[in-house]
Amino acid sequence: MSLAGSDAARILIADDEAPARSRLRDLLDECRENFELVIVDEARNGREALEVINREKVDIVLLDIRMPEIDGMEAARHIAGMAEPPAIIFTTAFDAYALKAFEVNAIDYLLKPIRAERLLAALNKTRGGSPVSRAALDAAANQPRRHLSVHERGKITLVPISDILYLRAELKYLTVRTAQREYLVEESLTRLEEEFDDAFVRIHRNCLVARAAIGGFEKNAEESESGWAVVIKATGEKLPVSRRQHHVIKEFK
Amino acid sequence: MLRSMVAVNVLLAAAAVIRAPSLDAVPEQMLAFAAFGEPMLIVSLVALCAARTWLLKLGYGGAYALIAVFEVALAWAFHEAAGTVALGRETMPFLQFAAITVFVAGISLAYFDFRARALSPAIAEARIQALQARIRPHFLYNSINAVLSLMRSDPRRAERALEDLADLFRVLMADNRTLAPIGNEIELARQYLAIEELRLGDRLRVRWKIDGMPADALVPPLVLQPLIENAVYHGIEPSDKGGEIEIDVALAGKQLVMELRNPVPAGGAKHVAGNKMAIVNIRERLQLHFDAEASMRSEVKDGAYLVTIRIPYRTTAA
Repeated sequence: MSLAGSDAARILIADDEAPARSRLRDLLDECRENFELVIVDEARNGREALEVINREKVDIVLLDIRMPEIDGMEAARHIAGMAEPPAIIFTTAFDAYALKAFEVNAIDYLLKPIRAERLLAALNKTRGGSPVSRAALDAAANQPRRHLSVHERGKITLVPISDILYLRAELKYLTVRTAQREYLVEESLTRLEEEFDDAFVRIHRNCLVARAAIGGFEKNAEESESGWAVVIKATGEKLPVSRRQHHVIKEFK
Repeated sequence: MLRSMVAVNVLLAAAAVIRAPSLDAVPEQMLAFAAFGEPMLIVSLVALCAARTWLLKLGYGGAYALIAVFEVALAWAFHEAAGTVALGRETMPFLQFAAITVFVAGISLAYFDFRARALSPAIAEARIQALQARIRPHFLYNSINAVLSLMRSDPRRAERALEDLADLFRVLMADNRTLAPIGNEIELARQYLAIEELRLGDRLRVRWKIDGMPADALVPPLVLQPLIENAVYHGIEPSDKGGEIEIDVALAGKQLVMELRNPVPAGGAKHVAGNKMAIVNIRERLQLHFDAEASMRSEVKDGAYLVTIRIPYRTTAA
């Protein structure tokens, strides 16, 4: 028996069903002959998977799509934002929508029940292959995320969408404001506006405000071309409303 | 039966509204019409029911003519009787009277003829077959995956799971056009849940309340299993901690009442479309078997999703 060397692939198994996890363990054992690997840990949902990735070095994630809390699709979108993301191999029993979206966006996946040969082929493909792009994952997703992810020093911090008061574009980054603090994320304001259409409203070229965070509107505000500002309930901050977005005030009255 | 009674009553009410001199007089007019129309309706239904086999031999046209003549005669008899009872009341001329009767009888017959054509046995059977509940492919592949995982570690359990799966598919692929005892349906549900428990472990909890259930009551096969599958898919799987499904079957008077409850997980509303498919499917099958005598309701109540099905209690095929 050979000890797993330093170049052995470090693998994380993420699936909410215990039998599915144990089956993957069996299959990975079978792959060992032809592919050097160590199983780092198991996760029961997307949140746990991200926690393991924050804690340990992970090269490959076997990621089930349908999981509670944070599903595989959302977890993958957060993972893909990392500077050096682990390779993702999606696993799924059947999900007509996801499979079609994956085909369209050229994202690989394994169908359960998985065969050892297919798994081995997928593992080999991660070597040298380029990781799944964030753009492809965004395009394949059919639901908005429940969190935004902040990437700092290789760690992923999740900010629940429901905690966000407003989003403001600043040069290269986007400031995410919650009642407690501010975060910087690399996202496009336009794309977020599309994704979270229900929860946020644009009040300025550079600003989206959470509908639930709006406390009121103030007239004769300084630094506001329309003269109006949104007052944030939780912090009392005033955000200028542009002339173009002036109509949103009526929506709330 | 039920349908004709409802239909005639609606027509009576409509006629009352038309005949009433003013809006205030509507209830009074309706009462007068009802006093007159209801006994006639009941006598008609009983007579037509008794003469059913004989009428069938006459063919549609002949039977229609005969029924029209019969209804006019019956109506005239009632009219005369009413005339002697309610003296001083303005009576209708015979012709007008006969015309109304023929009109009402004609509309009713045309409606039932249309309905019978739409639901003629061949069409109804084809529809029931098309409506037969289809299990989610998601369930099949996940179950096979779970069984595969047990092959090495717990072969006995893998065996049992495959047996359950075989039984489940035997029913799914069987000819399910005739009613079957609820006892069978419950057994099937248990086998289905045993497989799901394999996958979901203690996330899936089930509470059975079937002590008062008449096991011989006839139900359409697969009336509960697709709903339980929905409950697992929408109520249990999306939750990290899982939850409890409650299955309650009991007799209430002459009705069999089936209730199914499952938790509504946060953000679980997004699968509602898939949910409706099974509900619509079962509702149509209930209607084809029991017509208006069965009902099905789904609602969110006290934070739980509740489906209630009521069907007439029957132990022999109608």
